Amino acid sequence: MKKNVIEVKNLEKYFEVSGGFFSRKKATVKAVDDISFEIPFGESLGLVGQSGCGKTTTARALCLLDPKTGGEVNFYNNETSTMQSIDELEGEELKKFRRNIQMIFQDPYESLNPRWTIKDIILEPLNIHNIGDLDEREEAVAEILQTVGLTPPENYMPRYPHELSGGQRQRVSIARTLIMKPKFVVCDEPTSMLDVSIRISIMDLMLNLAKDLEVSYLYITHDLAVARYMCNRIAVMFNGKIVEIAETEELLNNPVHPYTKRLISSIPVPDPSYDRKVYDINFDELDSLIDKHGSDSPMIDIGNEHYIATHDVKGLI
Amino acid sequence: MSKDVLVVKDLNMHYETLSGNVSAVKNVSFSVKEGESFGLVGESGCGKTSVAMSLLQLQADNAKISSGSISLDGIEMVGMPESELRKVRWDGISIVFQGAMNAWNPVVKVGEQIREAIREHYPNNTKIENTEKIESLFKMVGLDSSIMNRFPHELSGGMKQRAVIALALSCDPKVVIADEPTTALDVVIQDQILKEIKKVQELLGLSLIYISHDIAVIAEMTDQMAVMYAGSIVEIGPTEQVFSNPKHAYTRLLLESTPSVVGEKKKLRSLEGEPPSLIDEDAGCSFSPRCPDPSDNCKSGNSEMGLIEVANGHFADKCCVECG
Repeated sequence: MKKNVIEVKNLEKYFEVSGGFFSRKKATVKAVDDISFEIPFGESLGLVGQSGCGKTTTARALCLLDPKTGGEVNFYNNETSTMQSIDELEGEELKKFRRNIQMIFQDPYESLNPRWTIKDIILEPLNIHNIGDLDEREEAVAEILQTVGLTPPENYMPRYPHELSGGQRQRVSIARTLIMKPKFVVCDEPTSMLDVSIRISIMDLMLNLAKDLEVSYLYITHDLAVARYMCNRIAVMFNGKIVEIAETEELLNNPVHPYTKRLISSIPVPDPSYDRKVYDINFDELDSLIDKHGSDSPMIDIGNEHYIATHDVKGLI
Repeated sequence: MSKDVLVVKDLNMHYETLSGNVSAVKNVSFSVKEGESFGLVGESGCGKTSVAMSLLQLQADNAKISSGSISLDGIEMVGMPESELRKVRWDGISIVFQGAMNAWNPVVKVGEQIREAIREHYPNNTKIENTEKIESLFKMVGLDSSIMNRFPHELSGGMKQRAVIALALSCDPKVVIADEPTTALDVVIQDQILKEIKKVQELLGLSLIYISHDIAVIAEMTDQMAVMYAGSIVEIGPTEQVFSNPKHAYTRLLLESTPSVVGEKKKLRSLEGEPPSLIDEDAGCSFSPRCPDPSDNCKSGNSEMGLIEVANGHFADKCCVECG
């Protein structure tokens, strides 16, 4: 039996929006609507879907950056070796929890403070959590810079973000995340802003670190080809709901949900002789179908731990 | 055999900066036939967009074309006076710019901005004729004609990109340059836009120059392709040939570093190091510092540069072909 680092049950994040300047009526946007998944230790789950489908909202809710509006998130507690609900966390315990769950952001040009040196940026989490004395902290920074491939560290510590390239900046982001020795890292499209040639080296770095440091990832991307390279399992998200979730190769070889098929068919293939299948669906129709069933449609297992949402999609296939 | 519409020969272009001349385009030669699509691929800063801007003669003020020729339908574009260029741009050659988000004037309706371009080139058209023209363009790229009366901020990213394509086609050009038209878009929208471009290209018999850093998109969109590295073309030929039998080490690395959703899952290779500075370069192969397997000749900087033919119409850099 695999141990899970995080279990998400029926997570919901609704936003209230006002219905216009003069009207008091409020509408609700269901950005994340009843999604469930779990991630075992050392494995990574890909969360794929179009822009605006709720990927980043899910990530922010898991990291407690925005409070969720419903559902349960349980995180593995090292000391008691049990799963613990993040709602119960308070004070010191909450601070400890935050050490174990970290996030890498999409844009390395905007997620680093331009007025801080690389050393300050990576030191900040250690200062906040009061780990070690000053010398120890500095040693830790040098060590982590080496781990992410910025060597020699003395050369990088006094520099500012604008002196580094995009790939180097993203390495700094990764270093800042990993210096807390987290168990679980949420990566929000960490390579989408990078050049093709640098992208693979960052992805390889993350894969190696996952192996060495036993980190689990929730890897958010809209590119299934990238998700295939990075993840053990993939969850496909559409309009706030997970419509299909399966082991990576299983999902790519036997997609069931029409949206998954559409997504796979839209990835360009680096082979001119390959004839990509055309698969078109009407997104509005799919949306209304999913809406009609509301949140009481559970996912069913069709074998090989391959789950699909059970709303009626026959009309679309 | 269809004829060449655009012929670029030994084009050299550099930017004059305070720290020296940056040679952004070095000895670039290629030709594009009628109805053909030609792909230009390479990493950021390799000179793809500099080539595109030179083709339109829209390069920055500090850019100087030191030698070479660009001929569109037999007419030389380099050194052409600005008044003549205004006629050739959009009429002969037009461009779909990189960021659709920033390509529009935010305070003018989309339809009016396209009308402006048509009016400039066909001053004798009536207003109704122009409106009909815009309607037919919108229909071609899959937009509703009511979009004409909307402002850019009322459109989604995909719609803006479609409208930019309509704008590029507004004066019936022979050659259209598409400079990373889908980079900022979502995968599903990207797929729709690519199909749209392909459809329009076949419908109008356009010559297309497709610029991208994504080799997978180039594979799908183009008949001929060129791989650029540090301002030079290092490999050029029919797309299928280049993919099935890549000769240059850089092309091979690009192919091996691109993830795919089909076929066996394979280990990808990363490209270490950074592109060379284009100021005051050393002689010899510019790729040798990053080459996974450089020969002694490469390392010492004695290798001879220049493209040689390796198969029918397929050229690659001499130094890499000789390395094997």
